Amino acid sequence: MRKLLLALAASTAALAFAASPSLAQDKTKACWIYVGPIGDFGYSYQHHQGLLDVEKHFGDKVETAYLESVPEGADTERALERFARSGCDIIFATSFGFMDPVQKVAAKFPDIKFEHATGFKRDHPNVSTYNSRFHEGRYVQGVIAAKMSKTGVAGYIASFPIPEVVMGINAFMLGAQSVNPDFKVKIVWANTWFDAGKEADAAKALLDQGVDIITQHTDSTAPLQVAAERGIKGFGQASDMIKFAPETQLTSIVDDWGPYYIERVQEVMDGTWKQSDVWGGMKAGHVKMAPYMNMPDDVKALAEATEKKIKDEGFNPFTGPVYKQDGTLWLEEGKVAPDGEVLGMNFYVKGVDGELPK
Amino acid sequence: MLESVLITIATAATPLLIAAIGELVVERSGVLNLGVEGMMVMGAVTGFGVAVTTGSPWLGVLAAILVGAAFSLLFGFLTLSLVTNQVATGLALTLLGLGVSGMIGEAFIGMPGVKLGTISIPVLSEIPYVGRFLFAQDPLFYISIVLVAGVSYFLFFTRAGLTLRSVGDNHDSAHALGIRVIAIRYAAVAFGGACAGLAGAYLSLVYTPQWIENMTAGRGWIALALVVFASWRPWRVLAGAYLFGAVSIGQLHAQVIGVSIPSQFLTALPYLATVVVLVLISRNRRLTMVNTPACLGRPFVPAR
Repeated sequence: MRKLLLALAASTAALAFAASPSLAQDKTKACWIYVGPIGDFGYSYQHHQGLLDVEKHFGDKVETAYLESVPEGADTERALERFARSGCDIIFATSFGFMDPVQKVAAKFPDIKFEHATGFKRDHPNVSTYNSRFHEGRYVQGVIAAKMSKTGVAGYIASFPIPEVVMGINAFMLGAQSVNPDFKVKIVWANTWFDAGKEADAAKALLDQGVDIITQHTDSTAPLQVAAERGIKGFGQASDMIKFAPETQLTSIVDDWGPYYIERVQEVMDGTWKQSDVWGGMKAGHVKMAPYMNMPDDVKALAEATEKKIKDEGFNPFTGPVYKQDGTLWLEEGKVAPDGEVLGMNFYVKGVDGELPK
Repeated sequence: MLESVLITIATAATPLLIAAIGELVVERSGVLNLGVEGMMVMGAVTGFGVAVTTGSPWLGVLAAILVGAAFSLLFGFLTLSLVTNQVATGLALTLLGLGVSGMIGEAFIGMPGVKLGTISIPVLSEIPYVGRFLFAQDPLFYISIVLVAGVSYFLFFTRAGLTLRSVGDNHDSAHALGIRVIAIRYAAVAFGGACAGLAGAYLSLVYTPQWIENMTAGRGWIALALVVFASWRPWRVLAGAYLFGAVSIGQLHAQVIGVSIPSQFLTALPYLATVVVLVLISRNRRLTMVNTPACLGRPFVPAR
């Protein structure tokens, strides 16, 4: 019994020791939690590339840690707490569903900086949000899809009906409509971010029903691969997936989180970190397009011009006139949608069939 | 159109079927191995790795079977020889498999895979509507059907099958009759592991020819549920797997057509269907008891 007590006391002491922030402060510790495995070769993979960029940039001035496949919900809180207690100076939570746990844990650890990707809640001064304007890339994809499709119908594999995904669908449609006003899109909600088999099944269902181009807002390479097998063109997601569809990938939206992560970690080192809400797009270099391939030159030229318009001329995909699905005017001619409204988008634009799941 | 839907259903059902038929034999011998998910994912990563390195998908399949069996023997050693708790050990096997496969698989991330081609039988595969579905499939599809038939025959029409079932129903009596309970259970566990490995290989070599971490995505658990769903009868496993496949593919098609049912509900439908059938089946308690291995999950320690 005495031995046990001693052991307990020792371990408590060790814990207190580890939790004390005054020690081992010469290194800045940056931590990440991912919703998927870093091996998804999509969304979480790209965040992890950002971590690797941070390591490369700072060398041994920085210490990093990450947890992958963290479920959205109660487990998120545990993961965040664990990191907070293990001496992380800044924690990047990289999925929308981590939002509320981040606020909760941030309240308990006011000295630790929290960065939440794709969310909108900043309840405490030590919480920042950051996101990328992926929908800019989806607008370009829409333009390409409308040019390339013979049937005028695209298939869209969506994950969850959250604003992030809905704005992607809308931007895709607006891009497509700028080329072909009658363009249609068929949407399948997979209700998962990451299940290769299910995503493949969704792609097959879409192809069996006659779409001749597909895009996805789920994270695996499976849909593109299924399409490639049948010789159907498609778009990659989050990273350049050309290896999986060398003859059918048209382009891919590539998330580049590295620059943002390096900037924020630097600010923590300098003590200049402040709460912020960053929403960078093509212009900031957060969103890149993989090389335009497997398309005729005129389509490629149009895609490049569209990209340039967004990147260099500041064109916003949500520029009026934009009508809602039911035909009511949402955005007047020439007006640009304020970011706040886009970030809370919960309706389809005109031309999208079907009901948006609530 | 109908035909391609059927083929998609078969693709979704086959891995479940293969894993479940293996687990059925394990449970018939009285052992509950909850590590199906872990063995499956190990099969997926080895199958992919070997196929990509050697360029031969068949070698990949073989390696997956061997690794699945070897991995299950770890479970066998712990639960049968050291008499650890089967539930806890099975769960540990799943966690271990997911972790180890992620580690092994790191080298294969982002690599396009090798696909096991289809075998089409001349003439028969040209039958309208069902020809391609029945006779122009990947080889593992045929194997899965042969497996069900084989297991059914083995369990109910051979002496060895009877012995295996007797071990599952009353290991003490079987032991008293001089049957080597532990040896038979080892064999059953290894068979289950081999099947789970094969099912994993199906995922990474046929379903989606690539390696992604956690690519089994819970299919091992569904396979486990299917065994109960089928009340430990091989042909019912086949029916269950195809029902599950049909509902999960059907809901995707319903979405594409534009049926206005909430997609969340449609996604839950296959699981709901499983529960409903389960309730219907277990209404007749006596019939359920007849098929349930009486010694399922109970450790066997021979009296000295």
